[in-house]
Amino acid sequence: MQISVSEINDIINQEAIGDGSLIAALEEIQERYRYLPPEALILASERLGVPLSQAYSVATFYNAFSLKPKGKHCLHVCMGTACHVRGSPQVLDRLESKLGIQAGDTTRDHLYTLETVNCLGACALGPIVVTDGEYSGQMTIQKVDQLLKSVLRAEKEK
Amino acid sequence: MNHLQSIAEFQTWQKTLAAGWDDSKPCLRVCDGTGCRALGSEIVLAGLREEINRSKLDTPIEVIGTGCPGFCECGPLITVYPQRISYQKIKPNDVSEIVSQTLMGGKIIERLLYTDPQTGGHIRLEPDLPFYQKQKRLVLDFNGRIDPTKMEDYIALGGYTSLVKALTTMTPEKIIAEVKASGLRGRGGAGFPTGMKWEMCRTNVLKVGLGYIVCNADEGDPGAFMDRSVIEGNPHSMLEGMLIGAYAMDMHQGFVYIRAEYPLAVENLRIAIRQAEAAGLLGRDILGTGFDFILSVRLGAGAFVCGEESALMASIEGRIGEPRPRPPYPTDSGLWGEPTNINNVETWANIPIILAHGGEEYAKIGTGKSKGTKIFSVVGKINNTGLVEVPMGITLREVIYDVGGGIPNGKKFKAAQLGGPSGGCLPAEHLDAPIDYESLTALGAIMGSGGLVVADEDTCMVDFARYFMTFTQQESCGKCVPCRLGTKAMLATLERICDGKGQPGDVEYLLELGEHVKNSSLCGLGQTAPNPVLSTIRYFRDEYEAHIFDKTCPAKVCKGLINYTVIPEKCTGCLVCLRNCTSNAIIGAKQEVHVINPDLCTRCGVCMNVCKFDAILVN
Repeated sequence: MQISVSEINDIINQEAIGDGSLIAALEEIQERYRYLPPEALILASERLGVPLSQAYSVATFYNAFSLKPKGKHCLHVCMGTACHVRGSPQVLDRLESKLGIQAGDTTRDHLYTLETVNCLGACALGPIVVTDGEYSGQMTIQKVDQLLKSVLRAEKEK
Repeated sequence: MNHLQSIAEFQTWQKTLAAGWDDSKPCLRVCDGTGCRALGSEIVLAGLREEINRSKLDTPIEVIGTGCPGFCECGPLITVYPQRISYQKIKPNDVSEIVSQTLMGGKIIERLLYTDPQTGGHIRLEPDLPFYQKQKRLVLDFNGRIDPTKMEDYIALGGYTSLVKALTTMTPEKIIAEVKASGLRGRGGAGFPTGMKWEMCRTNVLKVGLGYIVCNADEGDPGAFMDRSVIEGNPHSMLEGMLIGAYAMDMHQGFVYIRAEYPLAVENLRIAIRQAEAAGLLGRDILGTGFDFILSVRLGAGAFVCGEESALMASIEGRIGEPRPRPPYPTDSGLWGEPTNINNVETWANIPIILAHGGEEYAKIGTGKSKGTKIFSVVGKINNTGLVEVPMGITLREVIYDVGGGIPNGKKFKAAQLGGPSGGCLPAEHLDAPIDYESLTALGAIMGSGGLVVADEDTCMVDFARYFMTFTQQESCGKCVPCRLGTKAMLATLERICDGKGQPGDVEYLLELGEHVKNSSLCGLGQTAPNPVLSTIRYFRDEYEAHIFDKTCPAKVCKGLINYTVIPEKCTGCLVCLRNCTSNAIIGAKQEVHVINPDLCTRCGVCMNVCKFDAILVN
């Protein structure tokens, strides 16, 4: 994804005018690019008057921020307690072995990022996998295979 | 919506809205909460609207998207008014039948009704569902009835009346006295008396002339989602509570700190704030009384520790969410060093109810020291997963069996885990314990924010403890040594035990280290992190010992202690397991008995899942 310095500047300026903080500005940038490019940290620290070290500490402390670019598609496996007792570790294992990456990583072709999330609060559906914001509930290993197949097929057809 | 300039204008508006509210008018209420949305309620909602438009009914029937009524297991849920017929597990292709049969033909569709597992009979009406029988719904009362994006609905049912009552007829001291009389304690977990906190905060605010009010909506406890449902389904109840609190403590600025993982709750909260501002119920000179209150939303960025109040404040100030030692407590020195009052969503939502009924009346619900109701999210190995609001003092057995419908697939109940990563497990022998702050603490669990996870005989308690320890270890912010290193050492020991490499003395080591971590950690996260381990050792020590001494996992969960094998007599040689195995650990040919190579097997269990002949054995 192309990084635009002027766009990052706009986002930060907007936050700086409102009552927003460093975290809010970084959240906006993360939302836009799905990661925090180095430019964003430098610009945010200059414009908001916080040391770069503090911007970096915030960017690495919170789970929502990533310094690495994410894949085109994101798969989130819910690891909440209800999903855990209903078998989410097996679901995650299967996705890891099928995609050939560990949770938190992105495939080499930058198409898929696999992540875990601590409870989405839709516990009746556990185990849950969210693909690009779409929920699939009561997952089993077979259903994960089907889900992955349809995700891969949809990408190929594009 | 007009910007209301006075109390009188509000009262006139409310009268009009209340007169316009008619429960006897036919309409459809569809749950549009996160749970039902994940099950496809948005498609059902859109389909119903389209179908009704197309059918040209004599009187158009409104389709209302509501907040979560709690019965998540059976979603998507539809209630047909005025009869309150409850349809469940609705699929998009049921839509046309509902419109033609029920709305136009007046007939009830039997197959969409709830089936009572005991009698096998259908239950037609929502109020008759066993799930609601033992509940006492105060906070969740409007969930499932009002459209959360319409402030008018909330006001029509009496919303913001408590605020008006407070502004017109009560002094701040009187409000605090009512909250004290109600016996309300913090619903976020610690259970501190709310009225007392308010009184301390007010005293400090009067001294320095400034203070902040905060709503903690950073519901990070995995398996708990009551705060999300309150904000999604009835956000104004929480706003009204905060407004009353601000008036009582003489504060004029507030924050809602909410998890970004709850997009729908954030959206509905922002809508509610905009509406309240537009109506003159939030902002400057509220209802012409001269009282100001400005409210902002802050999004959490995915850190469990930010639910701890001092870490939460650091995060609002734009820093990393590291806690600091207390005292000073936030009531003395909170946000930017000023007095700050922090309560969680459910606590705030209780405030309008207390003012409406009076503190003494509210205190009649519950037990000696635990008053009112508590919302639990009952999840895990349970038939009726969902949100339940029950009076304090109800027993665990009633919640799990009468409301929750018991354990699925005829399995045996093993434990109920309360309070998430900070809480503990209660075994079957304590099923008749009353749910109140003191009883739960005495038994080694906590009330917590209200997550109640049910484990059955297939749940390994050592693995369960390891799960929670993995969670707290990952979420430990790393500031203090006991939590940073203590949780790591405890986790390493638990992992060893689960891998089959446990040693004599491990249990004693966990007990000793656990006590140290509890006593010497800086904040609530570390001080409670050992609880799941300590409580499982207290009640399920035999399972730990089976792992360590017999090298077996009684629940057949821990990968290091189990083996998958093929039962030759049952295997038909169908190749299904072989094709599904990702580690090529199964050898065999068509119509030949398959064999699993234990060296290559990763114990993922897929072979057992896919085998149609029950030919895979785990031991």
